[in-house]
Amino acid sequence: MDVTLRGVLPDRELLRFYEQMVLCREFEEACAEQYAKGQITGFLHLYSGQEAVAVGATAGLHRDDYILSAYREHAQAIVRGAEPKRVMAELFGRATGVCKGKGGSMHLFDPTLNFMGGYAIVGGQFPVAVGLAFAAKYRGETRLAACFFGDGAVNQGNFHEGLNWSRLWELPVLFVCENNFYGIGTEVHRSSAVPDIHKRTCGYDIPSEKVDGMDVVAVYQAVKRAADWVREHGRPYLIEAVTYRFRGHSMADPAKYRSPAEHEIWKARDPIPNFGRRLVAEGVASQGQLDGIGEKARSLVAEAVTFAEESPWPADDEVYEDIYV
Amino acid sequence: MPEMTYRDALNLALKEEMRHDPSVVVWGEDVALYEGSFKVTRGLLAEFGEERVRDTPISENTIVGVAVGAAMGGLRPVAELMTVNFALLAMDQIINHMAKARSMFGGQTTIPMTVRMPGGGGSQLAAQHSQSLETYFMHCPGLRVAYPATPADAKGLLKTAIRDNNPTIFLEHELLYNSKGEVPEDPEFLVPFGRAAVMREGRDVTLVAYARMSILALQAAADLEKEGISCEVIDLRTLAPLDTETFVASARKTGRAVVVEECWETAGLGGEIAYRIHRGCFDALLAPVQRVAGLDVPMPYSRQLERLCIPRPETIITAVRDVVSGRY
Repeated sequence: MDVTLRGVLPDRELLRFYEQMVLCREFEEACAEQYAKGQITGFLHLYSGQEAVAVGATAGLHRDDYILSAYREHAQAIVRGAEPKRVMAELFGRATGVCKGKGGSMHLFDPTLNFMGGYAIVGGQFPVAVGLAFAAKYRGETRLAACFFGDGAVNQGNFHEGLNWSRLWELPVLFVCENNFYGIGTEVHRSSAVPDIHKRTCGYDIPSEKVDGMDVVAVYQAVKRAADWVREHGRPYLIEAVTYRFRGHSMADPAKYRSPAEHEIWKARDPIPNFGRRLVAEGVASQGQLDGIGEKARSLVAEAVTFAEESPWPADDEVYEDIYV
Repeated sequence: MPEMTYRDALNLALKEEMRHDPSVVVWGEDVALYEGSFKVTRGLLAEFGEERVRDTPISENTIVGVAVGAAMGGLRPVAELMTVNFALLAMDQIINHMAKARSMFGGQTTIPMTVRMPGGGGSQLAAQHSQSLETYFMHCPGLRVAYPATPADAKGLLKTAIRDNNPTIFLEHELLYNSKGEVPEDPEFLVPFGRAAVMREGRDVTLVAYARMSILALQAAADLEKEGISCEVIDLRTLAPLDTETFVASARKTGRAVVVEECWETAGLGGEIAYRIHRGCFDALLAPVQRVAGLDVPMPYSRQLERLCIPRPETIITAVRDVVSGRY
């Protein structure tokens, strides 16, 4: 390791990264359990393996920057500040959920956190992010719109229209591709003529870079630098964070299209224990402290599950609410 | 009250609302420098400048989607799609985003935006430029759908659409742009959504129509009056919300109804309206509700064939005569 963590951030920030990644992992594993029990239904896309991206990227943004994501967005919402218990309640379809049980796993939203939604049509969030960036610029605000998406989204017309539009109108959009190599079961080189996604912005004169998405500090540094650049220049930028999902596309997918050997290589790069080892090695934390963080996360997630279980279902007359103003 | 065209009434509505509220912004293909392919946005760039009146790339889905995001971010965008036919390229943003954002996010956001789109047939523009897709939009919960027939309604409904906090599909009929009528000058003149207009009162049969079909229905009613058939003409003004109360009350009074719709007949909105009339006043009906609709064919180019595909005063007159004389 060339860079020491302590040279980048103070200890408390580094520990917060660890804490957030562990919380996201525990949350997702609890979701899998509750899905198996039938408490969570519908589609459920888990983030396990990709935590360094959500945690590092969110830390690199300002609190008033907008965040939009796709349908694998529990971690982004939680890291941005959504209460795990209200996210869990949403997944349980309960009235106490962040969207009153109307959105579910794929449509988390909290405007008080500037978390502007999970979108479940692949690439649907691109123009919305561009529009939010336009509104910010029009109103003279300094915030940007950070638009997360997967490698599967880059062959949608929306991606190209969004790149073109944001560059043409000079809008502050930070595109963050979470390249986990698979659009459901189709590997990126089987769907993209240019599988190095960051290279695809050259046709739009948008600068871009690739970052190790399994390294939370590397993601943080790249996103912070890029976000500052976007703010300074008022123009879009794209980051490709190379990562991996440890589970299938959704709970319905056993991921048989990936070899066990490939899976093992990536498991060895798991962003959480690797980061934990670095923290211990550099003396930022003791193993005991890290274990304590794990315990705390597990109990927070257990509380979230209990909260969700005990929460009321939406009343029947809610079905006609929130459609029109 | 000054007389003006439907086009100028729309233009005035845009100008008034942009003067009224700085969060109103306009964009679309060729709306700024070129002033709109139908010249509805004439003078906007000159008065309001490039920040508020913007030409866009030919990217229909993104034209709508950027408006969704901007609306979420506190603006009040008015997007123009050059014609309703191109809205098919934007259906993902219209149906999956614009119509859904508020409900799927638990009511935590509003989408106060308008998408204007000229449409309708009758100009020999062939299969891909002559469609009447109003049913597509009114089918989808979460949207408002307005489709004015007169210049006054064009102004009043567009102003309501822009001020409304719900997302609105605002349809404009290409063959009505040059039609003239009296338009109130009052900048606070608004036409509320969900209230149909009784354009003509009558005793024998109710004609339920919208947009250009309402104008044709009025022409048919004038001719039918000469043969002693008194028609009541209801112009829906908005297709969502649909003012069921007004057309059911009228059908109850006359005992007969004919729905005139420009869209294709199969699964067209006339079927829904007929159902609502039957359900609402079956006991008062003297005849089953009839429909005069667009032919179920892709629009042919030749005007000789095209004329067969769109309701005409003659086809409305025939349907009314049939209903009144019991030939159905």
